[in-house]
Amino acid sequence: MASTPSVKKIMQPSDKATSGYSKAPMVRPSIPEGKGMRTADELAQATEKISVRDMSFYYSENRALTDISLSIPECCVTAFIGPSGCGKSTFLRCFNRMNDMIEGTRVEGEILLEGQDIYSSRTDIVTLRKRIGMVFQKSTPFPKSIFDNVSFGPKIAGIRKKKELYEIVERSLQRSALWDEVKDRLSESALNLSGGQQHRLCIARALANDPDILLMDEPASALDPASTARIEDLIFELKEQYTIVIVTHNMQQAARVSDQAAFFYQGLLVESGATEELFTNPKKQQTEDYITGRFG
Amino acid sequence: MSSKLDIYTTKRRGRFSNFLFTSVCFLATMTCVLMLFVLIWNLILQGKDWLSWDFVERFPSRFPVKAGIKSALWGSIWLISLTALFSVPLGVGAAVYLEEYAPKSRWRKLIQLNISNLAGVPSIVYGILGLALFVRALALERSVLSGALTLTLVVLPIIILASQEALRSVPDSIRRSAYALGATRWQTVWYQVLPASLPGIMTGVILSLSRALGEAAPLIAVGAMAYVPFVPEKLTDEFTALPIQIFNWTARPQEDFHHLAAAGILVLLIVLVSMNAIAVFVRHKYGKKIRW
Repeated sequence: MASTPSVKKIMQPSDKATSGYSKAPMVRPSIPEGKGMRTADELAQATEKISVRDMSFYYSENRALTDISLSIPECCVTAFIGPSGCGKSTFLRCFNRMNDMIEGTRVEGEILLEGQDIYSSRTDIVTLRKRIGMVFQKSTPFPKSIFDNVSFGPKIAGIRKKKELYEIVERSLQRSALWDEVKDRLSESALNLSGGQQHRLCIARALANDPDILLMDEPASALDPASTARIEDLIFELKEQYTIVIVTHNMQQAARVSDQAAFFYQGLLVESGATEELFTNPKKQQTEDYITGRFG
Repeated sequence: MSSKLDIYTTKRRGRFSNFLFTSVCFLATMTCVLMLFVLIWNLILQGKDWLSWDFVERFPSRFPVKAGIKSALWGSIWLISLTALFSVPLGVGAAVYLEEYAPKSRWRKLIQLNISNLAGVPSIVYGILGLALFVRALALERSVLSGALTLTLVVLPIIILASQEALRSVPDSIRRSAYALGATRWQTVWYQVLPASLPGIMTGVILSLSRALGEAAPLIAVGAMAYVPFVPEKLTDEFTALPIQIFNWTARPQEDFHHLAAAGILVLLIVLVSMNAIAVFVRHKYGKKIRW
């Protein structure tokens, strides 16, 4: 197991309860100790990688996100939490402009990647997506060999030499902790891998492009606990080199892997801050209710 | 006794209707199989003595003993090769445009509706179009090229529809993953979507080419010859085809020619079955690797 958090259950009297759910036990996700989580001070000192300023997002006429402002620090894990439909996945997809594929979507405000506006008309989407990699909720290997899956990114970027590709594939698979399991069968179909392996393959595929930032939509939501633990360990290792943004339903997971957390509710960014603070001492009542499991 | 049902007692109700329905379905299947069997048996009985290597090697003749189907067989091979050459790039290209590029507009719906309707148009209509367009307007005369272009018109809607179906069966997650890795639309289609849909496209192509091989009506309209004592050597040569040769022989009064027709049909069936076998093989070999 990646971490065996000492779950401290806090049974609270209903003084803070806002609704009739007072009977449900309230479990505050615990913060694992000694796992290299960045403190609030370290977060404040970290370089700003992505800066979101007064951003609103529209699906045709419906506003899905309202006036979001958030700073994402370099080499940290930022987790977006919130109930289904709160806009956190939509927000994640704004960073690599995957929402452009949906007709009638519109963005107001700006998202700056190291000072450059992602939504500027001068932005080259292909380059942007090479710098900001994405791993989807459901692992979706291409119906090809393991090697072809990982080498797809570099190949379309113009790398043709077999040796160079092989080196990239090896490095990426090693970083995603899959190399030892697949090094003897790189030419086998990726669809023969297990669910957890497929997910790590998708991470390797994204890493092969050598991105700065890795977006992960519900990593491991469909995996068994052992595979989930591996993915979370991996996220911990990867954050030394990459800026990672994850979306998750799972409070425990957010508490385990993230340095910074942002809580979304109905298209609004309710609260954001260092994970240890947000989870132990939230400023807003809604955040408190959500992370202790009163709603959502 | 408790009110619970005893699992050993079978209820009478439903037993008879179950038997009846099974029998009806079985009989329906057997009727189809039997008819096919009788047809093939009849052909073999009639044609077996006439089917020989000489039969494939000889040109048509007034004398049944000397007649063969060399020119018809080669005509068909020419026709099918040319038709494949024209219709596959056009059909697959159109399908890729409609599925992957065309914006969802009223125009696309209209085009789609038209293609679906064209797939159901009787082939003789295409024959007349081919006569007017290729033979007369473009002055290609009664050449193997005119015939192939006409057959291309016949199979094009079918190839487009089959290819569209194959492209649609590729899940969107594949496209999204490719885009997220920085692929352009062209790279996504060329490296991921097309390879993934290839088995479906190949099957559609081979099945529609099999249909083209059996078509006689449009070729008669564009003027395929009944008596061609030579093999086409260039695109502008006159030609005949297997179905036309067979039609020609069955229309003659002499009994011997009917046997020749049966032998000709056997040759046509052998070619068709081999083409369908290739389709099954392709589907099986490449389709197995791809599952979603």
